Amino acid sequence: MTVAGKINTLHFGILLFLLACFFILPAYHVGALSRIMVLAIYAIGLNILFGYTGLLSLGHAMFFAAGMYGLGLSIKFLGVSVIPAFGIGILSAAVLSVLVGLLALRTVGVSFMIVTLMFAQTIYLVVLYFGEYTRGDEGFVLQQAERMLLNFDVTTEAGRYFVAFGAFSICLISFAALVQSSFGKRLVAIRENEERARMLGYDVWRYKLLAVIISGTVSGVAGALYALLFGYVGATFASVQYSILPLLWVLLGGAGKTIGPLIGVAFMFYLIDASSAYTSAYMLIAGLALVILTMFAPRGIAGILQAKVWPWLP
Amino acid sequence: MTIKTTKNAVSRRKALLGLGVGAGALATSGLMPGAMGFAQAQSSAPIKIGFQKHATGIGAAYGRWYDATTTAAIQRINDSGGINGRPVEIVTEDDGTDPSRGAEALEKFEKLHSCDVAFGTLFSHVVIGSAPRAAELKLPYFVVSEGHHVASGMLNRYTLQPGITDVKSQVVSMAPFIANNLGKKVTMIFPDFAFGHDHRDFFTQAIEAQGGEVVAKIAIPPTETSFTRYFPSIPRETEVIYHVMVGPAVLTFVKEMGEFFGPSRPELFGFIDSLEAVGIDSPGLEFLESTYFWEGMPRHVQDNQSEAEKTYRAAVGCDDRGASLDDPADVSTYAHMFGCWETLNVIKAGMEAADYQGPQDRTKLIEAVEAMSDMPESLDHPQGAKRFNGKTHQVFGQQFISKVTEGKMVVEHVATIEDGLYEDEVDYTTQSF
Repeated sequence: MTVAGKINTLHFGILLFLLACFFILPAYHVGALSRIMVLAIYAIGLNILFGYTGLLSLGHAMFFAAGMYGLGLSIKFLGVSVIPAFGIGILSAAVLSVLVGLLALRTVGVSFMIVTLMFAQTIYLVVLYFGEYTRGDEGFVLQQAERMLLNFDVTTEAGRYFVAFGAFSICLISFAALVQSSFGKRLVAIRENEERARMLGYDVWRYKLLAVIISGTVSGVAGALYALLFGYVGATFASVQYSILPLLWVLLGGAGKTIGPLIGVAFMFYLIDASSAYTSAYMLIAGLALVILTMFAPRGIAGILQAKVWPWLP
Repeated sequence: MTIKTTKNAVSRRKALLGLGVGAGALATSGLMPGAMGFAQAQSSAPIKIGFQKHATGIGAAYGRWYDATTTAAIQRINDSGGINGRPVEIVTEDDGTDPSRGAEALEKFEKLHSCDVAFGTLFSHVVIGSAPRAAELKLPYFVVSEGHHVASGMLNRYTLQPGITDVKSQVVSMAPFIANNLGKKVTMIFPDFAFGHDHRDFFTQAIEAQGGEVVAKIAIPPTETSFTRYFPSIPRETEVIYHVMVGPAVLTFVKEMGEFFGPSRPELFGFIDSLEAVGIDSPGLEFLESTYFWEGMPRHVQDNQSEAEKTYRAAVGCDDRGASLDDPADVSTYAHMFGCWETLNVIKAGMEAADYQGPQDRTKLIEAVEAMSDMPESLDHPQGAKRFNGKTHQVFGQQFISKVTEGKMVVEHVATIEDGLYEDEVDYTTQSF
């Protein structure tokens, strides 16, 4: 089998496994997987920028929130149905990512991290400032009737799972195709040696901007999806905590690996889920896991898999 | 690369047979979502109440005392025969004071622990983030939040607040006392987020109804750590400062306000939310002497302490100043945590009225609670008499205004249930289950 064939087999195998999970897993884990798949889309968004382009954003929550509020506010105040609201959510994240990209890419390295962090904090405070509309830190509920996808009820367990699965499938396959394309390879070239890529004639700034836009938009898809499937829109998702979490997921799962985001989210989710049953210091356990992985497996779980099992892992 | 086949390879027929047997076994064991049914509880099986606890995150101080109160209430209920003759078991899940984890906790209550109801949430964003899941899971969700979100109609029929009054009722009932005793020209200082905005909006209307006015509204950004620069914005004509700052910067806020005004200050009225779990005699709070506070339940023992309050205080392990009996420095969240005690007693009364046997009776439980109205002061309701509004799923009760007198919170005024009533904004009973 060719490498491309192996890669496709792996990705479709994962999707088949996720599909089967709905039928074989207990109900709680089916619900948990719905959430994991949505958050994995968010992590995919960050992975494009951080894992493949080498740009570390500490403010990705702003894109997630843009998608979430784009969908939520348009349903609440414009009375639009789910599909156009979803479009508005994605558009909001895309526009924001263009603006942030144009400004933040004037900086590099640590400055880029700080600028993205500050932009995210600004968005967070904007959400609080316009509390009359956003209900600030409290947030607001999207009622069940407002969340009908045409005639499909996404608030049922099956509805939620299959919408999350569908969206994740599209994102994973598109993401895999992107990183294996010449465009994806140019992003990796920029990550590995920006000067060399520039000397080879690539418009590095343009590629970085495209990476920010794609990354921010995908994160916005996750935010809109979260609001749609779980019925809540709140400022917590614009806070710095939700910028750090996808970074942890990507680092744990494997930065620059297509399956890293899903592995990272699932690992972190179940680590916290299990450890919180025994101690309130579960974040300490999560932190220790991250430190241990960073020390002994700096390329994350997917990196281990690549070293030990699948050397062709994209 | 080629794929090798071996004689040991499983044939397609065998694989399909295996899958079929496996699926059948899963279905019969109740593991497949579609086949997930509730096994009828035996009459002696415990009733499980899922406690959504703020064990970590910004609400941890509240969570610890909500936990202590819940434990004490359940012990009392079990000591008196449980509910419908069945023992009650608390299943605790930490929500991290986070709306996403709050919703996950409800999923665990329903799908992992087979809880009968969920209860105990305080912070509004966690309630609002969790409530949609409660409705989807058809899990009765009894919150102890004091937010207006339940009575505002934002939530759903599965979410109820029968054990603590909401912020709108609290604010409305404070306005007459402030206007008649402290002054009619009020400057409000509040955190610039939803909690502060609720106070701003509800109090502005309420004080105007009493012939007073809010002369300035000073919103403090949530990230602020120093407050001195805001105080010059307080108009000279101000007779009362109404403050509801919360969070770790409260001590700085009070200290800097004291330094700004010195001995000549307007009257001060605040909500004890600012100082829950903080000793009123903490260094830096001397400036609060002779100022007024709203309290949901008086932290310090009063001269006219009722027997119910005395028993409740001992049961939750608090001394005369509302601190832990084991550690006087460990101050409780006394003004709010009674809500857990009273909510659990409402759940008990509701389940007994509905002859609750298991999750199939959840709707009967909700209807039984909706049918409740007056709840007299008793050990079930040690904070005082209550009146539940089944349409809005919100309880109303008396409120306390205390004055700091020589380091003690002394109740100056008790607002009645009627003082806190307002027009219904929703009728949840018209919503289907």
